Amino acid sequence: MADQKRRGQIKQAPENFVSHDLIADLNQNGMDDTRRGFMRSGFMAAIGGAVGLGSSLNVLAAGEGDPAILEKQVWQTTLGKNVATMPYGTPSIYEANLIRRESPGLTRVSAASVAFTPLQGLFGIITPNGLHFERQHQGWYNIDPEKHRLMVNGLVKHNRVFTMNDLMRLPSVSRIHFIECGANTGLEWGNVAVPTVQYTHGMLSCCEFTGVPLAVLLEECGADLKKGKYLLAEGGDGSGMTRTINLEDVLNEAIVAWGMNGEMLRPENGFPLRLVVPGVQGVSWVKWLRRLEVGDMPYATKDEAVHYNDLMPDGMARQYTSIQECKSVITTPSGGQQLLDKGFYNVSGLAWSGRGKIKRVDVSFDGGNNWKTARLETPVLSKALTRFNMDWVWDGSPAILQSRAIDDTGYVQPPIKMLRDVRGTRSIYHNNAIQSWKVGANGEVSNVQVG
Amino acid sequence: MFKLAKFANSALLVGATFLVVGSVCAQNSSARFPGIGRDATPAEVAAWDIDVRPDFKGLPKGSGSVEKGQQIWEAKCSVCHGTFGESNEIFTPIIGGTTADDIKTGRVASLSDRKQPQRTTIMKVATVSSLWDYIYRAMPWNAPRSLTPDDTFALVAYLLSMAEVVPDDFVLSNTNIAEVQKRMPNRNGMTLKHGMWSAKGAPDVHATACMNNCVQFVQIGSELPDYARNAHGNIAEQNRQYGPFRGSDSTKPPLTKLPGASGEGLAHASETHAANSKGPEALFKNENCSACHAQNAKLVGPSITDIAAKYQGQSGALDKLMTKVKNGGSGVWGAIPMPAQTQLSDEDRKTLVTWVLSGGK
Repeated sequence: MADQKRRGQIKQAPENFVSHDLIADLNQNGMDDTRRGFMRSGFMAAIGGAVGLGSSLNVLAAGEGDPAILEKQVWQTTLGKNVATMPYGTPSIYEANLIRRESPGLTRVSAASVAFTPLQGLFGIITPNGLHFERQHQGWYNIDPEKHRLMVNGLVKHNRVFTMNDLMRLPSVSRIHFIECGANTGLEWGNVAVPTVQYTHGMLSCCEFTGVPLAVLLEECGADLKKGKYLLAEGGDGSGMTRTINLEDVLNEAIVAWGMNGEMLRPENGFPLRLVVPGVQGVSWVKWLRRLEVGDMPYATKDEAVHYNDLMPDGMARQYTSIQECKSVITTPSGGQQLLDKGFYNVSGLAWSGRGKIKRVDVSFDGGNNWKTARLETPVLSKALTRFNMDWVWDGSPAILQSRAIDDTGYVQPPIKMLRDVRGTRSIYHNNAIQSWKVGANGEVSNVQVG
Repeated sequence: MFKLAKFANSALLVGATFLVVGSVCAQNSSARFPGIGRDATPAEVAAWDIDVRPDFKGLPKGSGSVEKGQQIWEAKCSVCHGTFGESNEIFTPIIGGTTADDIKTGRVASLSDRKQPQRTTIMKVATVSSLWDYIYRAMPWNAPRSLTPDDTFALVAYLLSMAEVVPDDFVLSNTNIAEVQKRMPNRNGMTLKHGMWSAKGAPDVHATACMNNCVQFVQIGSELPDYARNAHGNIAEQNRQYGPFRGSDSTKPPLTKLPGASGEGLAHASETHAANSKGPEALFKNENCSACHAQNAKLVGPSITDIAAKYQGQSGALDKLMTKVKNGGSGVWGAIPMPAQTQLSDEDRKTLVTWVLSGGK
């Protein structure tokens, strides 16, 4: 019975999209999930191809119609899968292209590298946990939460130790914030270098983080916040990642967090505990957080003495550059994408500011000569991504798309030339320039810089 | 348990003056969150509080000579960083680009004259404590926290001697490190005069939100070079295959006209998660082998090509390497031992070794 059904499906398929070898293999060994997925996508491609030969989907031959409507589909005529077939769930097989990706050649060792979030395919402001960007310094581990400890020491009344059981009993908050690596867009200080928004801006994510406010924990330990203006946050990984936190204006917002979008942090994002420092570059959001030391001076640790400082044209480096200034980018359409035809499009993107809320986003279609104000979608939250949308009827002629964000301090996202005039081109970090995407007459979108 | 009981008693004595319900909170100095957390023992604080600040608070006592540093360096560090800290093979170079004049001024001239092709660690670092702290906490790369304080003094001494900050016969110690700080080539090269250390800081650029006729000429200053169009793999496979925006098939030249509403003629990638996560290449990466081995280049360990060449045609090579992957090996290709990979199943181990012996094909 079952065999007949399988054979029947193969016979119904359009010709020549499965090889004779595969048919023989299927007849002999049956179908598993992988093969079923392959068959479906092949089927879809074959149908798409067949339709394309005659007419486009929007222009149907008289008296006929869209095969997607006229023909019964396999999912309408057969029994689907059981509940909990995938107990934790995975995206549709048709979404397999949207994954975190490394930039080839960025580093020689993957244990000290970056995997970028596929911003080109995401909606809204929340980054799915499986797509939250990764930056590792010495590889990641699945740390046993029963063996994880947080120590608070330094300028405190009591050096204290907390287990995960302790921390998760404390009053918690959940807040939505963006996290952006200070080196995001850093490849493009000098010139255009990478093709897509995944690689230009993909060291950016935004999640709802849950945990105990840092201030509660410090108060609990009797921290001397008059003398103790700085905090050393230390990670439990091989690199023992350390960063100085400037307590002055993050104390009321920082979270010692275990939750991310309703589940525990993912191991590659610091399970079971990480620091959340809203508005401040990602390197300070120390993962696998194991120690907080209250001190009266900055610590000049490796990532604030050798990296993450911004080299100015006179050879002087700005140290402890931490705040992520107001920035935005159009994600659809964006570099490497293809517009199919002339006509209406919803142009969409993300805006954010480490200093507060997004007040306004403007979009230009002519390389920054004329601008229109975009729609901001709710929620508009402080130090979180804000989604903007803009109507566009493309007439088929070349265009240069830009977005420009303004935050509630009045700061206006600058053109790249304005940043270079002050900081030169060797800064690496904190490039928050306006991004330009060129749309060609062939519909291909490419990464360009204007000016 | 003994330790717990001991500090619980001392906490009680210390905390008794302000605890309301002392007996409930015997392990707890808090009245607000009774039962949460406990005081750290001195030994626990000592075990973890290893950071060293620019004023050398936290620096343990100890010393190490340049000569001893060189020995440790050649055994444990040179494989990644080069004999003279100059290698750019795996990480950016540590040594190079500084002069005797920089040591006098405390400003590294090559940071502004652009003659040096790359910024080395010694060009950038302002504080010797940063070197000491990082080496002690995180090095060597594949065996962090295996160095003693004396080893660390010796390694820092060796690095500084290569940069000619200290002489070749120097012995660095906790008592003379502050003197060495006064010779760091870029000690005056950092500034805090900028607006990005605080959320209330002042920005350094002031763009305006012009709305109409803002630019006289719109000029494209930089475009993606042709060779970079496909350098990140086929972009068609990195975008949704339906919806208004598809990925360009970057394996082919750009289209000459619009593809049309159905997207006909665009690449249809059949890549799936299942296809990505199977096979020896994925295993090789996921099991972290790629942290030390590359296809063609020597990293911490030998390249796949070199391993395949060495064992080509040898009988028993498969079993021999299977054992080595399981138990770890030492010193066949250099001083750095291969750690045991006990997490691998026998099946995965065989898949990996077979693949490596085939030259990664």
